Amino acid sequence: MRAFVIAVFAFLYLPIALVVLFSFNAGHHASEFTGFSVQWYGKALANPFLVEALKNSLFIATTSASLAALCGTAAALGLARVSLRTRAVFDALLGAAIVVPGVVIGISTLVALVQLFAVVNPFLASIWPDDQPPRLSLGYGSIIAAHGLFSMALVTMIVGTRLGSLDRNLVEASSDLYATPLTTFRSIVLPQIMPAVVAGFLLAFTFSFDDFIVAFFVAGAQTTLPIYVFASIRRGVTPEINAIATIVLVASVLLVVLAQWQLRQRKPSN
Amino acid sequence: MHGNKFRHNLLTALLLGPAAAWLVVFLVLPFIAIAVFSVGERAPEGGYQAAFTLAQYANLPARATAFWNTMMLAPMGALACLLVAYPVAYYLALQAAQRWRLILLALVVIPFWTSLLMRTYAWMYVLGGRGIPALLAYVGFEDIRLINTPGAVLLGIVYGYLPLMILPIYVSLERLDRRLLEASADLGATPLSTFLGVTLKLSLPGVMTGFSLVMILLLGEYLIPTLLGGGKVFFIGNALVDLFLQSRNWPFGSAIAITLVLVSVVVLIAANRISTRVSGARRVDLI
Repeated sequence: MRAFVIAVFAFLYLPIALVVLFSFNAGHHASEFTGFSVQWYGKALANPFLVEALKNSLFIATTSASLAALCGTAAALGLARVSLRTRAVFDALLGAAIVVPGVVIGISTLVALVQLFAVVNPFLASIWPDDQPPRLSLGYGSIIAAHGLFSMALVTMIVGTRLGSLDRNLVEASSDLYATPLTTFRSIVLPQIMPAVVAGFLLAFTFSFDDFIVAFFVAGAQTTLPIYVFASIRRGVTPEINAIATIVLVASVLLVVLAQWQLRQRKPSN
Repeated sequence: MHGNKFRHNLLTALLLGPAAAWLVVFLVLPFIAIAVFSVGERAPEGGYQAAFTLAQYANLPARATAFWNTMMLAPMGALACLLVAYPVAYYLALQAAQRWRLILLALVVIPFWTSLLMRTYAWMYVLGGRGIPALLAYVGFEDIRLINTPGAVLLGIVYGYLPLMILPIYVSLERLDRRLLEASADLGATPLSTFLGVTLKLSLPGVMTGFSLVMILLLGEYLIPTLLGGGKVFFIGNALVDLFLQSRNWPFGSAIAITLVLVSVVVLIAANRISTRVSGARRVDLI
């Protein structure tokens, strides 16, 4: 059994290792490693389209993860205050946001937004004083909203779990000692749920940064890094893609390790 | 007292408001929108024209190949994932030394959160002409084609979704009361019957959670068949991308999407039923 487990871990990691190895290849050919070089990283970072896509992805991931962390944490706190029935409805919707395949989320968001814009844009044009009314269209906003849906649900669940294991005695002791609700929240609840909030943010960021399929539908004229990489892959495999893949893999691994570390943090003892 | 209650409710509403609005505007309304579209007609220039017809659903057999491929490869892929995942989860939960367990678990979680696109690309690289086929040619097997085959898609599926299968099984095995295993052995059960009667039975909620999650995500999979199937193995996901982004037949695409969601719901309910009947527990929460 041990040998089997080792083989599975090799299966999980060898292909990635190969991609990373060949990103440092001096030659053009994927078949033989001719020498160590970082030239493909230079080429990748000198590619203006790629850098633009990377900036877009970083902006979208930061914004959607921040909004998700904020709204998700608020929702988790709110859910602890409502009736079981309201909670069940909310939980079902959050579960759906996580489980529904990305392709369906992408399509339905696309359809709904296009219909919405078809109503809103003529209306804006009719009330706008001059000839250049603002036109709503797919782009940053729609990607952030669609990514945020999954991320917000994720943060709500992670923070909700942490809230569930919160020591009630501490909260009661705090109010017995005449602390205002706000003080109790700031000095007791917040420090205890903070690791979960941070972990939720990091996982939300990773999800948004890595997502291809949802963005593919709702990106409009914008390009994110996965969309750019997908288009490049279809044109052909080059060491430049290996270099991008390596950067993305290393970034995601760091974020996930950080998130896991946050989740395993001991609760503050004071 | 009355003012206090009002303040309590107001605060609750403020806390839940943004999330509720998000869920309604970007989950519930879009779902209603595609449900409405799915009974509509395609406008002559593409897009949607209001109507009430079941013609789109009657037309589903036009994409029979995509449905067939998905309905064959999704359960097969989930099953293959399960067969590989179970021994790994078993080893991690019941046999690995304590100090190794968390590290090994982290090594399972990390791929789950790294880009599926990049991980699938890795296999394009390995299976492509200059990867394994080149090695095989070197030892004398010329012209072996690995990429752009159903086998490559299946391999990509196992690779992509293995972590998602290992995690819930691990969770349910780790919670297992080990005294039950000892009791079973003390009462003279063979290791095999202990495994079948106790371990497997009690870990079934994890198995069903993993199986249904992987199945549902596979039903909507697009990247793996596209990159490793090379346009030869079409999934429902490919049909949806085509209908929404290329041929712009939105009503038909919506009917397919609704069908996909209905199948997912059936899978979830079936999985819950099976694990409730066998082990009495419903499902395993991953978070």
